[in-house]
Amino acid sequence: MLKISKLTVTVDGKTILNGLDLEVGPGEVHAIMGPNGSGKSTLANVIAGREGYQVTGGSVSFLGQDLLSLAPEKRAREGVFLAFQYPVEIPGVANVYLLKEAVNATRQHRGEEKLDAMDFLKLVREKLKLLQMKEEFLYRSVNEGFSGGEKKRNEIFQMAMLEPRLAVLDETDSGLDIDALKVVAGGVNALRSPDRSVILVTHYQRLLDYIVPDRVHVLAGGRIVRSGDKRLALELEAQGYGWVESDPSAVSAA
Amino acid sequence: MNPAVTDLGELVGREYKEGFVTDIEADTLPPGLDEDVIRFLSAKKDEPDFVLEWRLDAFRRWQNMKQPNWAQVKHAPIDFQAISYYSAPKSDADRPKSLDEIDPKLLETYDKLGIPLEEQKALAGIAVDAVFDSVSVATTFKDKLAKIGVIFCPLSEALANHPDLVRQYLGSVVPSADNFYAALNSAVFTEGSFVYIPKGVRCPMELSTYFRINALNTGQFERTLIIADEGSYVSYLEGCTAPMRDENQLHAAVVELVALKDAQIKYSTVQNWYPGDEEGRGGIYNFVTKRGVCRGDNAKISWTQVETGSAITWKYPSVLLEGDSSVGEFYSVALTNHCQQADTGTKMVHIGRNTSSTIISKGISAGRGQNAYRGLVKVLKGAENARNYSQCDSLLMGDRCGAHTFPYLEVKNPTATVEHEATTSKIGEDQLFYCRQRGLSEEDAVSLIVNGFCKEVFRELPMEFAVEAQKLLSISLEGAVG
Repeated sequence: MLKISKLTVTVDGKTILNGLDLEVGPGEVHAIMGPNGSGKSTLANVIAGREGYQVTGGSVSFLGQDLLSLAPEKRAREGVFLAFQYPVEIPGVANVYLLKEAVNATRQHRGEEKLDAMDFLKLVREKLKLLQMKEEFLYRSVNEGFSGGEKKRNEIFQMAMLEPRLAVLDETDSGLDIDALKVVAGGVNALRSPDRSVILVTHYQRLLDYIVPDRVHVLAGGRIVRSGDKRLALELEAQGYGWVESDPSAVSAA
Repeated sequence: MNPAVTDLGELVGREYKEGFVTDIEADTLPPGLDEDVIRFLSAKKDEPDFVLEWRLDAFRRWQNMKQPNWAQVKHAPIDFQAISYYSAPKSDADRPKSLDEIDPKLLETYDKLGIPLEEQKALAGIAVDAVFDSVSVATTFKDKLAKIGVIFCPLSEALANHPDLVRQYLGSVVPSADNFYAALNSAVFTEGSFVYIPKGVRCPMELSTYFRINALNTGQFERTLIIADEGSYVSYLEGCTAPMRDENQLHAAVVELVALKDAQIKYSTVQNWYPGDEEGRGGIYNFVTKRGVCRGDNAKISWTQVETGSAITWKYPSVLLEGDSSVGEFYSVALTNHCQQADTGTKMVHIGRNTSSTIISKGISAGRGQNAYRGLVKVLKGAENARNYSQCDSLLMGDRCGAHTFPYLEVKNPTATVEHEATTSKIGEDQLFYCRQRGLSEEDAVSLIVNGFCKEVFRELPMEFAVEAQKLLSISLEGAVG
């Protein structure tokens, strides 16, 4: 699904990712953990194609394509979805309107017909239920005046609507109380499927109690320094990130 | 006055001094403006004497006035003696013969707006068949309106058929010497509409200058007068979303609205005159005076405007709130791209008791566009419990454009409640990226964000107009980002 090789990325001349390798197979859920400033969000943004990140080396291939050569909207239509750490407010634009544009842009890209209003509404209602959201939510302006939890829930709702091949969740758990976390995790779990891969970028192990990953990676100094199964996350929680950062031998343990 | 101009004046004078009445078959006047030109215009339309007197009075006052320079716009001084003040509509022989002769860029825009082929031809100034659909449609409408007593006709026709009615109201809202351009208009106006809605009648259809086509008849110095008698209602649409070909650079229109007791007038404008090329060459100067008066209790006047065209826009649709509990509203979207300049806003003058006004202004600047909001809220001494709410939002795209806000407040009654909110925001990289990450192209993303920004204004427009206005904004902003 996704193959990242020796990826090096700088921001304003400062190296953030430094020869990162990562491979995510179809249907797999990978967690990327790491201390603040280790480059987790940079990785998520580079996959999605945000401006301001200079890729100075390496490659990212998605379903056999050179992902880095595609404009952000092309990546999205090919099935790359980023759940934003800080979802953006768009005043005056109804949630449902953005969704419809987004869904139809992807459908058109796949050579499918646009959904008519009835079919669209049917799909929307189904997905709303999944995230335990009320219908009035559709008619509010995108993320405007939403609580932190509502914003994150909205991201997963959009993901459910767009049915991506690869979903990158950038600190979706931050700022969520335990009930909201359960709802969001439930939504993500419902979307797990053999042809959909998920990358969870998170600082805390807590999310992984609810979304159980196939692989856990620790990012430090711009590289994956350690990989393992879900037990690695527990180990990290017990010992803190100091443990991977101070133990150079850990680097080769991957 | 320089000698050349005097000569020109003499020339015009010679030609018409004695025989202007018999000479009215002339198709075009040479450039220049003096009293004889005005006499010619009036005679051409066979106007009642009072109109000629009124025109001449306006002209004499205008001669002592100066071009205003307070607006946040820049342009070379206009030579008013270089303008021809009358030219008959082009004959079919002079017009382009087919769409092949029309600028392909213009046609592309028509296509994007979804305008049918026949209408495209008419808009582009091509001679169209006499059996053109809208002619018969228009006639049907006219019959229907006449049955309920609604008068809707060219101003010149109203002067001939309803002189007393016109005389009672013409210039009663915008006096002939109100300002430089209004005075010029009063002296030389040639086209325009007249509307009278009788007592208690709710006009059953949106009055437009009969779809897009009739916007062709709009003149350089248009004058519109709308009277809503007691308890009546009318919604009037002006303008055209399609960019119009026009050879006149200066447009100085006057619109007067009179709403009597319990009457309501809703006036919507979509203005898309030629803005000039990307360097700003050749665009229209749109210097308009629009004002309405709520002359009775509970009267209401709403102005809604979407201004995307013209090189320079200078207009302040205003409401005088004379009647108790009368209401004035102003909803505006003004967009400037490339080298366009707009200085627009409103005046709300609270005179009666319990009067209220709402101002929602959305300015969008892109390219090197300059956009100014200028608004006055005035509460007179006797206006007990007046209320005003003003909101002025500016959206900037890129870093070469400008937004300016000039709110003026004059409150002479302590019971007034006046609120003003203003925001300026840049169209965010974050917003664009968010939309693109969801699969929208950059242009669709811009259009989505801008339409969201303008929503409060668009929802005031009649349905069909609103849809067109949205498309228009997207087209006007093409290439503004990136």
